[in-house]
Amino acid sequence: MNNDAFRQLWHYTALIILAAMALAPIWVMIATSFKDDILVQDGTPLWFFFVPTLDNYEYILTRGKFDRYLTNSIIVACASTIMTLLLGGFCAYALARTDFRGRNLMANSTLMVRMVPPAVLAVPAFAFVMLSGVNNDLMVLTFLYTALNLPFAIWLLFGFYKQIPVELEEAAIVDGASPLQVFFRVLLPLMKSGYAVAAIFTFRIAWNEFILALLLTGRKTRTLPVGAAGFITDTGVEWGRIMAMGTLIVIPPLLFTFFAARQIIAGMTAGAVKG
Amino acid sequence: MTAELPAPVAKPRFESGFLTPYAFITPALLVMLGGLLYPVIMAFYLSFYDWEIGRDLEDAPFVGMTNFARMMTDPQVWEVLWVTIRFGFWTITIEMTLGVALALLLEKPIRGASVFRTIFILPLMVSPVVVGLIWRYLFDARIGWINYYLGAWFGIEPQVWLGDAQLAFFAIVFTDIWQWTPFIFIIVIAGLQALPSEVVEASTIDGANWYQQIFLVKLPMIKSILVIALLMRLIDVFRGMEVMLIMTGGGPGRSTELLSLHIYNRAFETQQLGYASAISVLLIAIVFGISTLILTMANPMKSRADV
Repeated sequence: MNNDAFRQLWHYTALIILAAMALAPIWVMIATSFKDDILVQDGTPLWFFFVPTLDNYEYILTRGKFDRYLTNSIIVACASTIMTLLLGGFCAYALARTDFRGRNLMANSTLMVRMVPPAVLAVPAFAFVMLSGVNNDLMVLTFLYTALNLPFAIWLLFGFYKQIPVELEEAAIVDGASPLQVFFRVLLPLMKSGYAVAAIFTFRIAWNEFILALLLTGRKTRTLPVGAAGFITDTGVEWGRIMAMGTLIVIPPLLFTFFAARQIIAGMTAGAVKG
Repeated sequence: MTAELPAPVAKPRFESGFLTPYAFITPALLVMLGGLLYPVIMAFYLSFYDWEIGRDLEDAPFVGMTNFARMMTDPQVWEVLWVTIRFGFWTITIEMTLGVALALLLEKPIRGASVFRTIFILPLMVSPVVVGLIWRYLFDARIGWINYYLGAWFGIEPQVWLGDAQLAFFAIVFTDIWQWTPFIFIIVIAGLQALPSEVVEASTIDGANWYQQIFLVKLPMIKSILVIALLMRLIDVFRGMEVMLIMTGGGPGRSTELLSLHIYNRAFETQQLGYASAISVLLIAIVFGISTLILTMANPMKSRADV
């Protein structure tokens, strides 16, 4: 065996081991979600070969409030994604294209607020809901998620706008287009992939968020992660059911990953590599 | 004979309307002010009151700096700060070392790399709550798979992972490493592959051996990426709490209670909202400091708009 082939073989072996390590815990969850309680309580790891059952799924889909949690999660995640893309897109466009007074302040503070820890928001948001008597939890959540996601979305979209040549817009303006027309007719079609990346990141954060949802939602407005955590009780954890719930929660992020891995990586590295 | 020069076209651009950029920015600005800045100011405000759950805010006595004075001498706060620092030290050291080492070993582009990259970002996409649930199951003392394999392969007695201070701390560090090493790996490999190949080739011709190439050529050239990745992880250490909340709730004792989780527990377990706000102010100060560091090193939006 020559040296190069040996190197390749070694390379692939290492990658396969690493991939297995990344995947194994996720697979454990999926496998466990298809086991009945006897198998789970037995404690012997069964990776692939066991008699699968759909009981856990049947339970959470029919006897829990899964449909309500799901609806809430979809509403909050979609609404905040749309809001973030709309407002963030406008803002990023202005930051990328004009030198207005206060631009640097805006750019710096946008990155600064990106770092605000959710734990800091918890008490004030809780106080706000208690004091104001606003009883639309989902609206408050949507607003908070939009705020949390805006800085990163602006940062990301800013980079994408920068890549579009200004001449395109100038041509449109010379032809008599208004700023809004330039934005919607000329830029938006070119920004599709940028908005796709921003949408994935925003949706994922809103879909996965737990702390604020736990504090601010009531029985009827719980989102999926809050519902899942509810399976941990003082008397024990219903592992089969909780893993079924976890598997269902993970489906949208996993789908994103499989269909848009390259864009996600572009988004993750944008901060570090381009900076 | 002279060619006709085109008359310079006046460029009526975006700033034709002075207010236009502000119109584009204001909506996003308002949401960020209301959703991020207002809560931060509110946290400052609340930290001056002795407010508890079940008491109206109007009835909460103004206590001035008492909450802060109490915080400075509160052994619990120092304890969780120490836990957070230790957690940050171990996770970031191990993740950076592993991630960079793996990236250096595997940087050569090969066929199928995109498949592996897709797999590596999966742990990052999974909800923190679900990550916490999965690892709580794996570390379970009675039915957890980790105990099973330690017993079957190494003959190690079953451990009560999440019920022992040191083991629980190890468990949350391990979980964090599983989730975040791929992030470092992917960022660093992107940086390495973006390096101009001439430089590395030149160093080979000059007779640099492999460790000189790594430590004197490659790593210095991606230094800014490494620093930013490190600082981003550091911020995450002060932001994170969900995985620990699910796995251990911060216990046993306070052995896995990070600063963020402590604020949460203070506010909603012991119900001291005012005091929790004072600790929030400390957290804001820390995160603010680290963010300033990041900003001075790299702000992609700092470059003036090139219009």
